[in-house]
Amino acid sequence: MAGYKPAAIQTYPVLGEKITQDTLYWNNYKTPVQIKEFGAVSKVDFSPQPPYNYAVTASSRIHIYGRYSQEPIKTFSRFKDTAYCATFRQDGRLLVAGSEDGGVQLFDISGRAPLRQFEGHTKAVHTVDFTADKYHVVSGADDYTVKLWDIPNSKEILTFKEHSDYVRCGCASKLNPDLFVTGSYDHTVKMFDARTNKSVISVEHGQPVESVLLFPSGSLLASAGGRYLKIWDMLKGGQLLVSLKNHHKTVTCLYLSSSGQRLLSGSLDRKVKVYSTTSYKVVHSFDYAASILSLALAHEDETIVVGMTNGILSVKHRKSEAKKDSLPRRRRPAYRTFIKGKNYMKQRDDILINRPSKKHLELYDRDLKNFRVSKALDRVLEPSCTIKTPEITVSIIKELNRRGVLANALAGRDEKEISRVLNFLIRNLSQPRFAPVLINAAEIIIDIYLPVIGQSPVVDKKFLLLQGLVEKEIDYQRELLETLGMMDMLFATMTRKESTSVLQHTSDGFLENKKMES
Amino acid sequence: MVAEESVRVVRCGGSELNFRRAVFSADSKYIFCVSGDFVKVHSTATEECVHILQGHRNLVTGIQLNPNNHLQLYSCSFDGTIKLWDYIDGILIKTFTVGHKLHALFTLACAEDSVFVIINKEKPDVFQLFSVKLPKSSSRETEAKELYLVLDYINQSPKCVAFGNEGEYVAAVRDFYLSVYFFKKKTTSRFTLSSSKNKKHAKNNFTCVACHPKEDCIATGHKDGKIRLWRNFDDGKKYTYTCLHWHHDMVMDLAFSVTGTSLLSGGRESVLVEWRDATEKKKEFLPRLGATIEHISVSPAGDLFCTSHSDNKIIIIHRNLEASAVIQGLVKDSNIFTGLMIDPRTKALVLNGKPGHLQFYSLQHDKQLYNLDIIQQEYINDDGLIQIELTKAAFDCCGNWLATVEQRQEKETELELQMKLWMYNKKTQGFVLNTKINMPHEDHITALCFCNAEKFENPTLVTASKDGHFKVWILTDDSDIYKKAVGWTCDFVGSYHKYQATNCCFSEDGSLLAVSFEEIVTIWDSETWELKCTFCQRAGNIRHLCFGRLTCSKYLLGATENGILCCWNLLSCALEWSAKLTIRVMEPDPRSENIAAVSQSSAGSDLFVFKPSEPRPLYIQKNISREEVQWGVFVPRDVPESFTSEAYQWLNRSQFYFLTKSQSLLTFSTKSPEEKLTPTSKQLLAEESLPTTPFYFILGKHRQHQDKKINEALESELVQLPLTENIPAISELLHTPAHVLPSASFLCSKFVNSLLLSKETKSGEEILEDVDMEEEKESGDDSDEERDFTEKTQDTNDTDLGEDIIHQLSKSEEKELRKFRKVDYSWITVL
Repeated sequence: MAGYKPAAIQTYPVLGEKITQDTLYWNNYKTPVQIKEFGAVSKVDFSPQPPYNYAVTASSRIHIYGRYSQEPIKTFSRFKDTAYCATFRQDGRLLVAGSEDGGVQLFDISGRAPLRQFEGHTKAVHTVDFTADKYHVVSGADDYTVKLWDIPNSKEILTFKEHSDYVRCGCASKLNPDLFVTGSYDHTVKMFDARTNKSVISVEHGQPVESVLLFPSGSLLASAGGRYLKIWDMLKGGQLLVSLKNHHKTVTCLYLSSSGQRLLSGSLDRKVKVYSTTSYKVVHSFDYAASILSLALAHEDETIVVGMTNGILSVKHRKSEAKKDSLPRRRRPAYRTFIKGKNYMKQRDDILINRPSKKHLELYDRDLKNFRVSKALDRVLEPSCTIKTPEITVSIIKELNRRGVLANALAGRDEKEISRVLNFLIRNLSQPRFAPVLINAAEIIIDIYLPVIGQSPVVDKKFLLLQGLVEKEIDYQRELLETLGMMDMLFATMTRKESTSVLQHTSDGFLENKKMES
Repeated sequence: MVAEESVRVVRCGGSELNFRRAVFSADSKYIFCVSGDFVKVHSTATEECVHILQGHRNLVTGIQLNPNNHLQLYSCSFDGTIKLWDYIDGILIKTFTVGHKLHALFTLACAEDSVFVIINKEKPDVFQLFSVKLPKSSSRETEAKELYLVLDYINQSPKCVAFGNEGEYVAAVRDFYLSVYFFKKKTTSRFTLSSSKNKKHAKNNFTCVACHPKEDCIATGHKDGKIRLWRNFDDGKKYTYTCLHWHHDMVMDLAFSVTGTSLLSGGRESVLVEWRDATEKKKEFLPRLGATIEHISVSPAGDLFCTSHSDNKIIIIHRNLEASAVIQGLVKDSNIFTGLMIDPRTKALVLNGKPGHLQFYSLQHDKQLYNLDIIQQEYINDDGLIQIELTKAAFDCCGNWLATVEQRQEKETELELQMKLWMYNKKTQGFVLNTKINMPHEDHITALCFCNAEKFENPTLVTASKDGHFKVWILTDDSDIYKKAVGWTCDFVGSYHKYQATNCCFSEDGSLLAVSFEEIVTIWDSETWELKCTFCQRAGNIRHLCFGRLTCSKYLLGATENGILCCWNLLSCALEWSAKLTIRVMEPDPRSENIAAVSQSSAGSDLFVFKPSEPRPLYIQKNISREEVQWGVFVPRDVPESFTSEAYQWLNRSQFYFLTKSQSLLTFSTKSPEEKLTPTSKQLLAEESLPTTPFYFILGKHRQHQDKKINEALESELVQLPLTENIPAISELLHTPAHVLPSASFLCSKFVNSLLLSKETKSGEEILEDVDMEEEKESGDDSDEERDFTEKTQDTNDTDLGEDIIHQLSKSEEKELRKFRKVDYSWITVL
């Protein structure tokens, strides 16, 4: 036979952002730590090796921060002019940076003075990177050239002069030591192969390219420039896969999350957007105080570091998980009690009797099932329920009304209990979605407690409050009706093409008003 | 070819199973219940209907086992006859004509040749209990005219009469009286509840009575929920009674168990209460039986109970209060709001069922398929409660979507309205809730229809409401990267001068939507939702609206409240014809152009079948029902009939079913629909299908063993065809290990040949034997004498035949087989 059917809880659509696993994941960060740098933070780079320090390039300095430190643990400040693009090698022991004067300097993490200086660029070097074999450095400069340097003997190996404007971004392949990509203000992204001394693929982005990113597999390329973020399929010879326009100012930086499932883009519009790399839909978005120039994620997405134009570095750490077992855990039955009899093989003459599975019921449902109506109402009038989930309280009141026992449940309450009910009414009566149910409940309360009014000052005060609320609501509704009337006049004077399609007015207010007055 | 009989209105299944107490057979294997003019025999184990005993010409009002022969069943009916049936074969044995309307039937073991019936002779409200002597004559139809009055002024319901203590007395209750008639003393004592008149609100009217089977104890149920146990009532003064009180509402029925140790009671709470030793403290419950318990009965063997419920179902309950089987008929709710629909997938009739449910009812099998819980809330069975009503439902053309509307209105201004959309899930083979829309309209929804054209890949639903709007709902893709989902959203809201929208209808190809606003019909383009044209006849509000189909798709039909049927031509936008007809039901046939309309007049309801293209009806049947016809539907036939007569051709492809105000489901047919019911084969009931219960393991094995013995005994007598055991050569062959035998292909043909009969015997005797075998199977259930007879005949036939075979084999084949054996056996014996 049919079991007990739990009371139907009316659900309401949650306004605002939908809660998905992505919003949960990306919101699970602590409040950001803000560090003031000397100038605009143009580049943040995490060391790929533990302890995952990060290098911050701002003005003429490179600061290296520890994971949780707010003070730099090391500073490279031997630049005559602005430094650019401090990047760690894969093993985390070397750091390369370009500078405004056209020099490229290689540092040891432990040392202070540069190990190598690559001279050859005539203008500012905005992008440098290590190739996959660790022994070469790629650099792009404002003199339209891209150069490949050998670290051991600090010599220039190759020069590519294919770009026709500033080269402002670049990225070396993680797999192939000979491949790297550069983006330029001439609106192109070019992939170079060190074995052929010319570009192998060139794609037209359409805007000055601010940032490029090769996916770990090397088959996809993301390029950012203008308001656009474009994904290219390199295995198909640079075919455009998607073009995304989700920012309303120039996109300045790109980063891939550690799982490779999400792509992050920072922009001058002060937003960081998170995209899914399967559907290329925005799944989450962060807001920052200033225009964003650089962005980096630590290993396992533990930290998000964002550098902004006003020189502020925002560092967000992931909340540490599982602090729950601080409570002394109750001793549970041993494992063998749970598996007891589970491995028993059914004999031929045995009859299997299944224990009927017990359905979990909420506490109020258990009370309702046993017709303890007052208790069920008490349960949902607990402060934890009324504040967090008023819709449950309202649904139970509605259910009691449907069963015809609402008056029984509301009757026979003392001062404390009735004031709890009245508090709930005062808070929620004016909400249109709860109003029909609560007005009915309020009427019943007034009917029941009218003879005893004047005995308790607390309850009387609540009743006066409720009265004031209702009066205010009536005034409000009248105003709304007046507005509606004015709008109707306006609509009536307008010439309409069709007499049939009428705008839907919000007549809820009108209905509600009538109820109030009655 | 179907003989051209006249089409007549027939009742088609769905009759009340809960009209009277169900009766168990002596071995609890079958359960009998009344079902309209028939008695149905169900198996208690499989719930299947085994037989339908048909022969009464009016409602069957009582059934009882023949106390002298427990393989026979008495039934009585309003047609004034008592019939005696052999229920195992479903044969009518005898008919006794009494001549009065019989309201109930009782039998007693001690009164061998008479039964008791309730008759009202003079006044309409005065019922009497009579004893009827059944004359012993061999003719199949006899008159039973010997009536003896037993008790006067009793209640017509058989619940209010009970025989007690092995037939020593009979107790009957009515209003505030309990009358007991003692057969030996031939006296009547009457007990009146003293408090009945003093208190105003004491509702202690008697409702039912039951008598203890062994002791002098009568249990009576009362309107206020009390059960009184009466003792010492043979003395008029010294009687005592005790009270048992658990029910909060009327006690609907009472029954003592066979031994009398426990009393069962039930009522509106739909809880079966078992009172052990007739004490207040020892009681057990079986709750949640779904609907009001109307009747309780106990099997003579004592192992089963059954309860009949107001929602037309019978629940068979084990002795340990565990429901074991449910026999469910068509649920007859008091108000059918949804009308009759056909589920396109199962071709089942769909209508309101249990409160808050839609029932799917198979017309072919007269069986409920399943209930779909729409409202999904606990049903509180209480007086004066305003329940949530399921008011509208609609299927789309392929049965993928179901839309339902439910409402509850407590006061004028407080309307709760909810629309639910259900998607058919192929995996679970059922409907799953997809979208729930709260308050889809401001006021009552008057009509609901899906766009049925299949070319529309996007399902579209239109709702019309009293708030003056009609809304178009479409299915939209709601999926994101996390999950795939579809949901329904409102696409368009239309209105026409703030008139109430009363009806809506899509044309066959889905290109046009007709919505009627009170007196005006508006036509909308379903692509752009533009108003195309309006029709207005000023002849009252439009009650029904439908488009013509197939060749008549350019016509639109509308029936108004003032009794005008209009047909508009959509091409010329003009009235084609109109007729004066008060139409209650207008249904288009999905397989043809025909439209059936049922009109209501003072004399009764008339049926008109017509094509929209011409105002002259194809077929008219006057007076199809005396009552008002509420709903009708065309059900497409699986196999088209071929009526050659022009008047009946409209019945070729579909059948028209309609529901009257008293909830009887009727149809048109040239033959009884019961003939077409798929007969449940007897094999279904065979012992093999019995569930393996603990009893089976104890008794079943024993029985199997016995059966085997019997079989062996039979074999020795009858000598059946495969006689391998009797031929030593073959048995040796079969018992020799396989690895020492020659290859099977070598042996096969000879072995098979050895089993064949020789040519001489084949011609005549084999055929004869086959016939005998069949006969034996059939006669198994017959009376003993007959069986003896057949067995004897078989004996004489078969013994010589069997000898013949043995003879044949031993001569021709044994040698061959021996040869192989000799070859191989030598080394085996050494081992």
